[in-house]
Amino acid sequence: MDTPFAIAGKAFRSRLLVGTGKYTDYPTMVRALEASGAEIVTVAVRRVNLDRTKESLLDHIDLKKYVLLPNTAACYTADDAVRTCFLAREAGMANMVKLEVIGDEKTLFPDTEGLLAAAKTLVKEGFIVLPYTNDDPIMAKKLEDAGCAAVMPLAAPIGSGLGIRNPFNIRIIIDTVKVPVIVDAGVGTASDAAVAMELGCDGVLMNTGIAGAKDPVRMAEAMREAVSAGRKAFLSGRIPKKLYATASSPLDGTFF
Amino acid sequence: MEIVVNGERRTVREGTTVRTLLQDLSLPETRVAVERNRSIVRKPDFGSTEIEGGDRIEIVTFVGGG
Repeated sequence: MDTPFAIAGKAFRSRLLVGTGKYTDYPTMVRALEASGAEIVTVAVRRVNLDRTKESLLDHIDLKKYVLLPNTAACYTADDAVRTCFLAREAGMANMVKLEVIGDEKTLFPDTEGLLAAAKTLVKEGFIVLPYTNDDPIMAKKLEDAGCAAVMPLAAPIGSGLGIRNPFNIRIIIDTVKVPVIVDAGVGTASDAAVAMELGCDGVLMNTGIAGAKDPVRMAEAMREAVSAGRKAFLSGRIPKKLYATASSPLDGTFF
Repeated sequence: MEIVVNGERRTVREGTTVRTLLQDLSLPETRVAVERNRSIVRKPDFGSTEIEGGDRIEIVTFVGGG
């Protein structure tokens, strides 16, 4: 039996968290969310469209089925991120946030100095903070010490699909912190998600890997299976890697 | 009087509150958050918060994101 995946004391069945951005249309998004089996979905906070002829995201997301995880995407300062979280809490009446403080628009790597400052402020204000951070064990520990409910190291740059570029650091982060470790960003295909889970991550968060696939609904299903398979493989205790062969068939009883 | 809503200039009647502004814009109160001059207006205060000329109002909601 697996232990439940819990964030700040709340248990979730699915270890896959998915984004709601970049879909070509809402019906495809709805079917992809369904196929992913995810319970937590990320959303961004933006000005409302004053032209109400356009549909809104929340017309399509069943809030009885999904927990919204507002992000602070496009925030380049701790102040903007904190302001965004306060607005998100007011709009959604929930206090769990995916905290991003972006350092550079080309890489979208986190500004961890601003991230830590924002995390400290938000924890003090009663938020459940899930920070998008570098694959840096020292920063992960600092974020845990600041009271974050999980740490979310990137696998690779957001939307890059490069997969887990530094599995060893992810392993060290898992060994270093007690809060859940969720790989966030850079997952391109099912094997990337499986690798993350085989390393011992508690969950995986992705958006472009699903939304950008030619068939997002089928990819969402593949990701669900990969996360599940990777988790089972991790719990099963894989065999050690060896350079040379070990025969699988008996050496006794040969007749030649 | 003139105010700025989400970066756009708008003319509203004297005595407009956050609640009546949202009604005029056909926006549901449940899915939005409102800032008046960088301070959040809590939902219970929508009806009692009067808007003044020159106010900068931000009305935000959730959109697709990763």
